[in-house]
Amino acid sequence: MAKKMLKVKAKASGDKTKVKLMAKHIMESGQRKDKKTGELIPALFIQNLTIKHAEKVVFEANLGPAISKNPYLAFSFDGGASGDELSMTWTENSGKTGTEVAAIK
Amino acid sequence: MSIDRRTVVKAIATGGALIGASVLMPRIALAAWSKEAFEAKEQTAAMNALFGSDGVEESAEVNLKAPDIAENGAVVPVTVTSSMSGVESMSIFIEGNPSPLAAEFMIPAGTKADVSTRVRMGKTTKVTAVVKANGKLYSAAKEVKVTIGGCGG
Repeated sequence: MAKKMLKVKAKASGDKTKVKLMAKHIMESGQRKDKKTGELIPALFIQNLTIKHAEKVVFEANLGPAISKNPYLAFSFDGGASGDELSMTWTENSGKTGTEVAAIK
Repeated sequence: MSIDRRTVVKAIATGGALIGASVLMPRIALAAWSKEAFEAKEQTAAMNALFGSDGVEESAEVNLKAPDIAENGAVVPVTVTSSMSGVESMSIFIEGNPSPLAAEFMIPAGTKADVSTRVRMGKTTKVTAVVKANGKLYSAAKEVKVTIGGCGG
């Protein structure tokens, strides 16, 4: 399996789960020039991130290249218990996609 | 050429699957990444592409948290919260960026209207949070000063 891209901290407290996640990704904006050739480096960024808990989508983000390198997202949702799994699917603008799972603490 | 029963059954089955997929499509399309909106060069054009309207109403119930001065435009922390009920989505627009739409967050029922992220800002400009609740658009804006730009370089 490929190296994990998403770093997730999910914590259940009471009837809510707070999720903080960081994706290790360059988020190339498409505005930067290659210093050697002077040509624009094509944009490469995470376009969509969908997070599911128990088969239900709890959060979905459509991102543009204006999101910082190593995107950080924090949100919380009702439900979720310690030990439950979150399933996260990311899609790059290149079409590359992947799904990772993380446990709620 | 004779068509036996199997072929017919198979054809109906695939046809049925296709119909099922097309029924599901609009729902997926709603939340899908909008190329037009994300690539729009102007804020109003981006809003029109994303929401089909740029008629946003300023509201005190939308809360945008961003620094007054961002030392580094490459990493500007932004938090959008709303006390409204029925929030469907929250979006962040950065007026002076090459493409103003930075992100769109879907808020399904049961998820709190409270999202934090970090954005890039090319220059000092206005950051606008747009919350879609019960089919209407509400916003809050804030001017953020940038000392070092986050685009290009």
